[in-house]
Amino acid sequence: MSDYEYFLLAILIMSIANYITRVFPFLFFIKHEPPKIILFVERNFPPIIMSILVFYTLTNVNFSVKPYGLKEIISIIVTILLHLKFNNYLMSIFGGTIFYMMLVQLI
Amino acid sequence: MFHKRELKVAFKVSIPVMMGYSVLGFAFGLLAVSSGLKWYFAILMSIVIYAGALQFLAVSLLSAKTGFVDIFIASLMVNLRQSFYGLSLLQKFKKAILKPYLIFVLTDETYALLTTVKTEKNIKKKWYYLYLGMLNQSYWIGGTITGSIFGSSVHFNTKGLDFSLTALFVVLVIEQYKQIKKFTPFILGGVVSIISFVAVPKNDMLVVSIALALAGMFILKKRIENE
Repeated sequence: MSDYEYFLLAILIMSIANYITRVFPFLFFIKHEPPKIILFVERNFPPIIMSILVFYTLTNVNFSVKPYGLKEIISIIVTILLHLKFNNYLMSIFGGTIFYMMLVQLI
Repeated sequence: MFHKRELKVAFKVSIPVMMGYSVLGFAFGLLAVSSGLKWYFAILMSIVIYAGALQFLAVSLLSAKTGFVDIFIASLMVNLRQSFYGLSLLQKFKKAILKPYLIFVLTDETYALLTTVKTEKNIKKKWYYLYLGMLNQSYWIGGTITGSIFGSSVHFNTKGLDFSLTALFVVLVIEQYKQIKKFTPFILGGVVSIISFVAVPKNDMLVVSIALALAGMFILKKRIENE
C-alpha cells in the first residue's frame, strides 16, 4: 500500500469511527433509556482516556537519559498553571507550547 | 428561501466558537504539515472528521503508521464522550433539516451552544440549527486551510510544536476533573499508561492502555461510583 492510500484509508476509518460515536444515541436510544452499565462507562471513561492520551503523547520522550523528560514535565506544569489561572484553553495550549518550543530550541 | 434572520442569529451565537475554532484549526493545520502530512490531507480531515482531539491525535497516529484496527479503536475511545450528546437533542432534532449532517457536526462546542443558548422564539429553529452547525464547521475548516498553507509556505523552526498535542490533552484532563470531581479515573488512567509504557512496544501502548483501563474500571466500579 502506498503512503497516499494509507493516509486516505486511515482518514476514512477515523471519519467513520467519529460518526459512529455521534450517531449512536439517535440509533439506539430513541425509545428507551440506555442501560446503567453504558451510562457508567460513558460518564467515567472520558477522564481516563484523556489521562492516557497525555502519556501517549509522551511516548517518544526518553525518561532514562538526561534531561529525564524534565523539559516536558516543566512545560506540563506551566500549561496547568496557565489553565488554572486564566481558564482560557487557547491561552493554556499556546502558552505551554511556546514555552516548550523555547526550551527545546534555545537550551 | 434564504432565511437571513436565522443565519444572523446563528452567526451572533457562533462568534465565541469562531475565535476558538479558527485558532485551534490553524494550529492543527500547522502541526499536521510540520509533521510531514500533506496540506490537502489536513484539510480533508477537517471536512470529513471534524473532531479536534481526534485530529490532533491523528497527526501522531498517522506519522507512526499505526494499523487500521488500532486507529479505529483509538478513534472510538477518544470520542466516546460525545456518544451521549445526542440524548438531550433527540427531541430538538426531530424535525431537523439535513439531520445526518447535523449529527455529524455535533462537536463539544456546537453541542454546548445548541443545549445552553436560548434564542428568540419566533425564528425557524430547524434553519437556525443547520446554520449554526455549518458556520462552526466552516471556522474549523477555514483555520485548517490557513494553518496548513502557512505551514507549507513559511519555513521556521517548528521543533517542539508537537507539544501542543500534550498541552491540549492536559487542558482536557483539567476540564474533565472540573466536571466529574473524582480522582480515581485519573489515577487509573495514569497507572495503566505507565504499565503499558514499560511493558509493550510504543505502537501498542494506546490500545493496551485502553483495554487495561476498561478492565480496571469494572474492578474499581464501586470505588468510582461512590467517590
